Amino acid sequence: MTNIICIICPKGCNLIVSENGGTIGHSCARGEIYGREERINPVRIVTSTVKISGAVHSRIPVKTKTHIPKHLISDAMRLLDDVELTAPVDEGFTVIADICGTGIPWVTTRGM
Amino acid sequence: MHELIVIGGGPAGLAAAYGAWRDGLRKILIIERDKELGGILNQCIHTGFGLEYFKEELTGPEYAGRFIKLLQTTQIETALDTMALKITRSREVHASGKQFGYAVLPAKSVILAMGCRERALGSLGIPGTRPAGIFTAGTAQRYINIEGFMPGKRVVILGSGDVGLIMARRMTLEGAEVLACVEIMPKPGGLLRNVVQCLHDFNIPLYLSHTITEIRGSKRVEQAVVSKVDEKRQAVKGTGFAVDCDTILLSAGLIPEIELPTAAGIKIDPKNIETSAPGVFICGNALRVHDIVDNVTTEALRAGSAAAAFVLSEKIHD
Ligand SMILES: Cc1cc2nc3c(=O)[nH]c(=O)nc-3n(C[C@H](O)[C@H](O)[C@H](O)COP(=O)(O)OP(=O)(O)OC[C@H]3O[C@@H](n4cnc5c(N)ncnc54)[C@H](O)[C@@H]3O)c2cc1C
Ligand code: SF4
Repeated sequence: MTNIICIICPKGCNLIVSENGGTIGHSCARGEIYGREERINPVRIVTSTVKISGAVHSRIPVKTKTHIPKHLISDAMRLLDDVELTAPVDEGFTVIADICGTGIPWVTTRGM
Repeated sequence: MHELIVIGGGPAGLAAAYGAWRDGLRKILIIERDKELGGILNQCIHTGFGLEYFKEELTGPEYAGRFIKLLQTTQIETALDTMALKITRSREVHASGKQFGYAVLPAKSVILAMGCRERALGSLGIPGTRPAGIFTAGTAQRYINIEGFMPGKRVVILGSGDVGLIMARRMTLEGAEVLACVEIMPKPGGLLRNVVQCLHDFNIPLYLSHTITEIRGSKRVEQAVVSKVDEKRQAVKGTGFAVDCDTILLSAGLIPEIELPTAAGIKIDPKNIETSAPGVFICGNALRVHDIVDNVTTEALRAGSAAAAFVLSEKIHD
């Protein structure tokens, strides 16, 4: 049995997930799925910024387009170190196409 | 003369203006002191916005972007780089900025959406020196996410509000060491989900019922002394331990920004979008601090509708 706090919504339900993935304590279906997945393969959306020149600010925000495995977070962050964009850049622009073989890209979260 | 002037172009101001437009007002102006619309959301690059309203998990800039795009489908005017300096009970807005210099703008209705600001160190009363390296969490967030520099390397966070928790993760991801998050109350100030994904995920210790009892350092912060507190929130002698750090972030709560209505003698009831001045409304974090931006949006749409109803009913009476 694993105790997991659901992070899907601000309610923060306390979940108890058993070895076979059965979940109790959730208040909705999304929490049930989250509990099962979090026990075997925790994933997160990661956000950061990269350098940009010729824009109103010197950083532009980015995110992993979807969830990546938690253990890849620091490797994913390192990929951004040497990136430098030049304005104008649209929202959703691909900054890095493939994060560590996951096929998931880093994309911008605003235009600038 | 404008039918509506909205002060503040954060999520509250944007939704308020849109709500009024949707309900039939056509001469609407948003005044924003910053270079761009979006308010605090521009620096909140993390996800967690829009689950209620858009049924999607968006980042702050993405959430703001949705409303900015929506506004582009209307003829709502915006004045950026413009500061509202004064308002009156009779709905005059004194503003100063690039677009029209210093101007007194009369309006049929006004919506106040100035957001909130962070409680600063002075109001916390911590003994010790005042060296460099002490920031509010929101200031650090702006430095890192917008201006692109790191305020420090070894960090202690005082208070466990959402902004502090988010910054614990953010600074860790950028290579800083977050040594402790110290909370005087027996439970965290921020949302549980932020305690999990910002502290637990990165093994950052959370000291509940603890506070910083002394700050040491001459030029730059060198140590924070962390002590346990009793039920009366008084430090317990002999429990203090020193943490070597160069940076302290304060996340000790937010205060609505209401200087403008206060100076005008306009009274505010935190439960009510109407103020004591007819035709002057207030919403978002200026009214009361909201954890969730979706609630800000809903409330602001209501304020926009209320302003529209006020103006349109006056028209009938004319
Ligand atoms: C660090 C942080 C993390 C958050 N995380 C989340 C989250 O994960 N999920 C979530 O749903 N919510 C979150 N929130 C809450 C949410 O972002 C806020 O409740 C929301 O942004 C408040 O909107 P607002 O428009 O009232 O204020 P703001 O966004 O602060 O906007 C106020 C605007 O008014 C302008 N202004 C103020 N005074 C004047 C003046 N005199 N003249 C002209 N312009 C003026 C300011 O420049 C600013 O642009 C977070 C908030 C913070 C601070
Ligand atoms: S179980 Fe459902 S209601 Fe509870 S925190 Fe998770 S998503 Fe929210």
